[in-house]
Amino acid sequence: MNATTAAVITPTAWREALGHHPGLVVGALVLAVLLLAAAFAPWITPVDPLQLAPLDRLARPGAEFWFGADLIGRDVFSRTVYGARVSLAVGLGVVVLAGSVGLVIGLLSGFVRALDNVLMRIMDGLMAIPSILLAVALIALTGAGLGNVIVAIAIAEVPRVARLVRSLTLALRKQPFVEAAVIAGTPFPVLLARHVLPNTLPPLLVQASYIFASAVLTESILSFIGAGTPPSIPSWGNIMADGRSVFHLAPHIVLFPGIALSLTVLAVNLVGDGLRDVLDPRFVKVR
Amino acid sequence: MLAYTLQRLLATIPVMAVVAIVVFSLLYLAPGDPAVVLAGEQATSEEIAYIRESLGLDDPYPVRLVRWIGDVLSGDLGTSVFSNRPVTTLIAQRLEPTVALTLAALVIAVALAVPLGVLAAWQAGKRIDRIVMGLAVLGFSVPVFVLGYLLIMLFSVGLEWLPVQGYRPIARGVGPFLTHLILPALSLGLVNAALIARITRATMIDVLGQDYIRTARAKGLSTSAVLLRHGLRNAAVPIVTIIGISFALLISGVVVTETVFNIPGLGRLTVDAILRRDYPVIQGLILVFSGVYVLVNLLVDLSYAWLDPRVRPGS
Repeated sequence: MNATTAAVITPTAWREALGHHPGLVVGALVLAVLLLAAAFAPWITPVDPLQLAPLDRLARPGAEFWFGADLIGRDVFSRTVYGARVSLAVGLGVVVLAGSVGLVIGLLSGFVRALDNVLMRIMDGLMAIPSILLAVALIALTGAGLGNVIVAIAIAEVPRVARLVRSLTLALRKQPFVEAAVIAGTPFPVLLARHVLPNTLPPLLVQASYIFASAVLTESILSFIGAGTPPSIPSWGNIMADGRSVFHLAPHIVLFPGIALSLTVLAVNLVGDGLRDVLDPRFVKVR
Repeated sequence: MLAYTLQRLLATIPVMAVVAIVVFSLLYLAPGDPAVVLAGEQATSEEIAYIRESLGLDDPYPVRLVRWIGDVLSGDLGTSVFSNRPVTTLIAQRLEPTVALTLAALVIAVALAVPLGVLAAWQAGKRIDRIVMGLAVLGFSVPVFVLGYLLIMLFSVGLEWLPVQGYRPIARGVGPFLTHLILPALSLGLVNAALIARITRATMIDVLGQDYIRTARAKGLSTSAVLLRHGLRNAAVPIVTIIGISFALLISGVVVTETVFNIPGLGRLTVDAILRRDYPVIQGLILVFSGVYVLVNLLVDLSYAWLDPRVRPGS
């Protein structure tokens, strides 16, 4: 992976890149809207997402209930908007947690020969366990809760980050400018901060976007099968789980959060693909 | 070839060892005392102590780990806390739907993705390429269960062409078996198709830029011969690799797909076990799923030698 050229991107290059990557712009816009919706959820939703209206149970989408009502008359629109909070929190939390732990393990593996083999075999083992099952098992152990969901998904994502950082580090160590810095007696922290980290960040950023997408998806799946965010907090997965039994009568309960989820993941993937094209010259589109 | 096979086989041992330790630790750390659960609500403390003793629950961690690995290797995955039946029996009963679903999804994914990926690479930058890659991003973004519900709405509720949910064993007729299988297999397979198509396109673009492709074209070979015999043949290793890796997606997807379509397979068993906190069953299922994943990727490793003579040892 050619990471050395990626770090120098001028503002003009960014502007030009954005023009060539409409996906990046569209994705970023969708995410911005979502972020605003999540931040201002109490102001844009007509009713509390937990408020019951038994008389309006399974109400069709319309003027009063924009996305309809669920089995016990809760407003699906309000619940979907509040669900964005869970998805974004999980996405960000997992990216930060898995990113930082994976970075440390990857750097250790890349720089400390003695640890490399042991760490990578552990990562291989963790990667062999399908991430949803690993997360499910960890949550079964710790109990459902937003924090536990984030930690569980992050543990499943750490190996991917660690492997990427390790391979980047190994490639960087062979680069002339790193060898030169080592010969010049650069202290290790400076070497790390000035030469290694800046060059691992662009590919890591691309990876982070895919981890974000995968975390949002995993959270919704966990909540959908009843092993994720507790029912007291509306999340796209558990709203859909609520609608599962009445899907034929009231498909809107499943569809609206499902659409929100798909749009979010699509937006993050578009941003990721765009970033990859901009940051990694190896993937420049064939025109 | 034998040496290569042995070497790959040995390489799976540390991986499975880590899996086993993780899986065992989950049960070890699980809240609640299995002895109390097994003894039932009326049990006295002596009875519970007796069960603890007979199960060896008071032994230290390493002793229990080694004993558990020994049990697993002899085919004993423990007993379900909920139904009091052997975990292996429960798994065997639910095997058929999951195997059928996974294989069908895999076939759909490969049959769709490889031709489309080759087409996109051949037409790189043109409209058809952009359409295929756009669909791939979309397919990769729509979650399995959302896609499942959309397909049910369209084909089962709307057009009434296919049954809504459920599963029919193949023994009760191939027709009903297939009509029940097609929607879940499609929703599960499309995500993998998106992933495989992207890699196929990227690899084929690399390969099609090589000198030997120009030579093949220059000597007047037909487009299909160039694409298939010289192109795809040389792109096979990365494509097979991603098919192996995407198997993990398939396994995770099975759990969700079986829930959406009410299929009584291993995925449903997993969800039920989670809801009942039936740790031995969860443990057994993770072990089996991970083992299958490792096995599939071992086969992928071994296929390199068959697909690419350069990997073959001793040549």
